Amino acid sequence: MNETDIGFWGVPLAMFAGAIRVSTPFLFVSLGECLTEKSGRINLGLEGTLVFGAMAGYAVAYLSGSPWLGVLAAGISGCFFGALHGYICKLPKVNDIAIGIAMMLFGTGLAFFFGKPFIQPQAPHLPSISLGGWSSLPQVQSALEINPLFFIGVLLAVVMWWAFKNTRWGLIVRMTGDSAAAARAMGYSVDLVRFLATTVGGFFAGVGGAFLSLYYPGAWSEGLSSGQGLMAVALVIFARWNPLACFGAALLFGAAGALGPALQSVGITQGYYFFNAAPYLLTLFIMIASVSPKRSLKGAPGELSITK
Amino acid sequence: MADIAQQDGVPAMAGGLAETMDRLRRSSEYVVIPLFALVVAGLIFSLFLFALGQSPAMFFSLLWKGGFGTGFSWQNTLVRAAPLILTALCVAIPARLGLVIIGGEGALVLGAFTGAVASIPLVNAGAPPFLVLGAMLVTSVATGAVWIGIVGALRHYRGINETIASLLMSYIAIAIMNFFVEGALRDPGNPNKPSTQPIGEANMIGEVPGLGVHWGLPVGIVVAILLWVLMNRTTFGFAARVTGGNVRAARAQGLPVGKLIVTACAIAGACAGLAGFFEVAAIQGKANASLAAGYGFTGILVAFLARQNPIAIVPVAIFLGGIAAAGGLIQRRMGMPDATVQVLQGLMFVVLLVSETLYGRLPFFRAKGDRR
Repeated sequence: MNETDIGFWGVPLAMFAGAIRVSTPFLFVSLGECLTEKSGRINLGLEGTLVFGAMAGYAVAYLSGSPWLGVLAAGISGCFFGALHGYICKLPKVNDIAIGIAMMLFGTGLAFFFGKPFIQPQAPHLPSISLGGWSSLPQVQSALEINPLFFIGVLLAVVMWWAFKNTRWGLIVRMTGDSAAAARAMGYSVDLVRFLATTVGGFFAGVGGAFLSLYYPGAWSEGLSSGQGLMAVALVIFARWNPLACFGAALLFGAAGALGPALQSVGITQGYYFFNAAPYLLTLFIMIASVSPKRSLKGAPGELSITK
Repeated sequence: MADIAQQDGVPAMAGGLAETMDRLRRSSEYVVIPLFALVVAGLIFSLFLFALGQSPAMFFSLLWKGGFGTGFSWQNTLVRAAPLILTALCVAIPARLGLVIIGGEGALVLGAFTGAVASIPLVNAGAPPFLVLGAMLVTSVATGAVWIGIVGALRHYRGINETIASLLMSYIAIAIMNFFVEGALRDPGNPNKPSTQPIGEANMIGEVPGLGVHWGLPVGIVVAILLWVLMNRTTFGFAARVTGGNVRAARAQGLPVGKLIVTACAIAGACAGLAGFFEVAAIQGKANASLAAGYGFTGILVAFLARQNPIAIVPVAIFLGGIAAAGGLIQRRMGMPDATVQVLQGLMFVVLLVSETLYGRLPFFRAKGDRR
């Protein structure tokens, strides 16, 4: 028994560290989805955007040697997917949910297509900030290696929360989401607002994907994303379209996702695959607990097809 | 969702030939627009190939050759079309009620897995093939029905979006299978790839004589026809379509909306479970990770291309099965990644949905005197 062995305390610690690591992509995708949904449209294609962002970020980071350039590239590629979704949805008789499914398949397909040559090479990782210098335990130190993107995500959540309440832009987005007729009456173009909201939302989702491939798990592979983009949609509903609540929900999902690996780190490998399903089960139970068929949800944008 | 009010060829009683022709011209919209969308998708994909320095002509000729060119490629195509018909039905039936269910993959995998598990004690006891296969069939179909039925129930009784719920359930289904296949039910006789115990050569379903394709294909076609009859020629189908058209009107009419939704979802899941049964009983011989081969997801595209019409699903499934079958040939001859087919499918899906905007806008397909 050596001094650095902290036994089963390793499980909560690893879950805490894992929650921060695993939650970051959830956070970005859910903030992007939150913005899109606030404008009255739902983008189920963010799963595809996330995967393509992961691939684009990894490829650019590998070719340029700069991981931050990779993050930017992932965001820009996400913009393209968001813009495509936003443009198509404005056409009459086109269903935003169906387009989302199609974009999910299209984005994943494109990512796998262009990502083939990047499966082997090792791209530079995003640097992390060490906050654990005060502790002598290596487990604590490694748990407090936190990626700057996490802090950017938290900041973004706060800014979005503030902006929805206090800025002109926030008001326009909320108005478009609650009543297209009101927005039109005020002289704003509903299609343009939604197009921009979906595009920016795509940017966030792309950045979330770059985190996956450039930090944790930290390599591009075809099995990289396992539905984070889609779970984020459920997460936004759970968070009642509140960016700050999105942050809390993302942490919760991160902890659920970290459960399997955390238990594995202390030697419990039994049921690893079962714990892998934890985030999906959690999402499902959260939806069962928080959605009701009788009343519409508090804070739900009135124009959203998913809550109608 | 998709336009429910399809023109299902009710023959014109009066008016004779001219009116029949007029009807035909108007209903041809549902064939012409999807075909046009496919052509546009093909053109965009050609540009994509061109930009990558590949020859579109070579791509499409290989696509033809690998999918439909030879007897062998036809065989390959039809083997892939069989599960696609069933997974597309899993999307199309709930779609008539206005539900978008995309969890066919999970119902297929879980149905296949439970079927394989049900066979284990019977195989070990030396039961005859018809008993083994019968038990597998019932288990697979029931599992699929319950799995998607749950999605329908969650939708109706808890108001949970069925699209998200079904995809989440899909991930859960695959995790359940992996959990057991890697653990308690792993066959020690197969160290390389975690699988359940094989059902044995003697219990496998054979091929349709002279076709080189397993029985899943004719069964799928029969199921598609039966479901077409169910949805278009029975009170159940009528009630389901009313619900899909307008839930409030359906409720006002006193239709049992909840029962209709759960039943339609259960039928859908049963189709996917049936696909899983054939994947185990006719192809894999055991349950393992290769069951999650994406048939559930391609099935979504098949259903949308067929405009959720069960009979139209059959040719569309064969068409997409052909594209999937040609993937290997394209990969070898042109040195392109296996995701090429996925890109083409995704593109087709996006263009197809964009083409929805054309319905009712083209004057050619309008009724005479309709000057909207």
